[in-house]
Amino acid sequence: MQIHITTHDGVPVYLQIVNQVKYLVAAGRLAAGEELPSVRTLAEQLLINPNTVARAYLELERAGVVVKRHGAGTYVSDEGSPLARKERRKLLTQRADALLAEAQHMDMALDEVMALVKERHKHLNPPQK
Amino acid sequence: MNTPSSSLMETVIDLAGVSRRFDARLALDGVTLAVPRGCVFGLVGENGAGKTTLIKHVLGLLRPESGSVRVFGRDPVGDPVGVLSRVGYLSELRDLPAWMRVEELLRYSRAFYPKWDDAYAESLRAQFGLDPQARIQHLSRGESAKAGLVIALAHRPELLLLDEPSSGLDPVVRRDILEAIIRTVAEEGRTVFFSSHLLDEVERVSDQVAMMVEGRMVLAGPLEEIKLTHHQLTLRFDQPQAHAPVIAGALSVVGAGQEWTVLCNGTRPELVEAAGKLGARVVAERHPSLDEIFVARAAKKVPAAARVPTHS
Repeated sequence: MQIHITTHDGVPVYLQIVNQVKYLVAAGRLAAGEELPSVRTLAEQLLINPNTVARAYLELERAGVVVKRHGAGTYVSDEGSPLARKERRKLLTQRADALLAEAQHMDMALDEVMALVKERHKHLNPPQK
Repeated sequence: MNTPSSSLMETVIDLAGVSRRFDARLALDGVTLAVPRGCVFGLVGENGAGKTTLIKHVLGLLRPESGSVRVFGRDPVGDPVGVLSRVGYLSELRDLPAWMRVEELLRYSRAFYPKWDDAYAESLRAQFGLDPQARIQHLSRGESAKAGLVIALAHRPELLLLDEPSSGLDPVVRRDILEAIIRTVAEEGRTVFFSSHLLDEVERVSDQVAMMVEGRMVLAGPLEEIKLTHHQLTLRFDQPQAHAPVIAGALSVVGAGQEWTVLCNGTRPELVEAAGKLGARVVAERHPSLDEIFVARAAKKVPAAARVPTHS
């Protein structure tokens, strides 16, 4: 589980973990049923306070992203995250906003942006033979 | 790992109105501080702010001129054995006997601590890659910090006290020290109190933070609370402003013309309302990092008129 913590942008550390685990689940890099590292292991790996990791795991549990099995660690929810779809949409919305802001800045019309997106989609998904 | 409210928790270090003067200079000015058991407490401040003086009072090396110091409920000056046998201490100067070999240092140190754990000391020594035959005076800076850390940890102290543990060390040794802090607190009930001017480090590992400026405690509390009660707002005015806007709770104001960025202390609705009264819109906002809060608190860039009492 790759998590990167920064203390430069003012986002609380526990929230950075919550957001990144949600992202990893949404992106399929943490699969349903996969075990998360223990609180202590992640704290030592990221060099952060164990209470902060515990707090992040609690938030993730409340959001239904992970489940705690008694005495056996923390796992990604089996039913997949109920939030995954919403979360994916949220992530893409942010990216779309950034793209549109950039396009506006470069004086590119919406039609042009849409055409570009379609072209890139075609490029990334070549027709199957 | 619940965090009950601090009033319910046992206080390991308790300072009440502690003052100390060195010649004409007030090194500690009415310092009050409570460190709850089981937390990592980070003390930040510039060089000369009084951090080391405060730690020396906790260790009983200095007697307060006024006010009181209690560690585990005891007076460290009156009962040094009762306090120091439960404390692991790494000084900024790492004042270890230069002529000793590492193994001699360990044997010498174990005599001071009834709870010294030989097996643990040996595993730390090996983990830190310290040669038992090496003389202290030939150790590198990082190695002597590690030797100091072995001594501070090997009796599994209830309170680990570190004065600028990372000062002048390379990232690899800093990592070893931070890991030791995290492991210490992960073992139930242990408390870590450390001073640092590396705000990034403090923000990563601390639950509680206190900030000293010129001998005074300007801010103390749970890190999260401190972060949530500080906001950085960028205000936009319809007309260019000749002077920095005056906002209650502002710690620093930077900007020019129509856009000004204010770092302030208070609740968000209050601040937005205050901005509204000035005829400004909030165009951007974020929570500042601990580093930014500290710089704003220490630098006093706000004109006198804008400096008003803040809640903290």
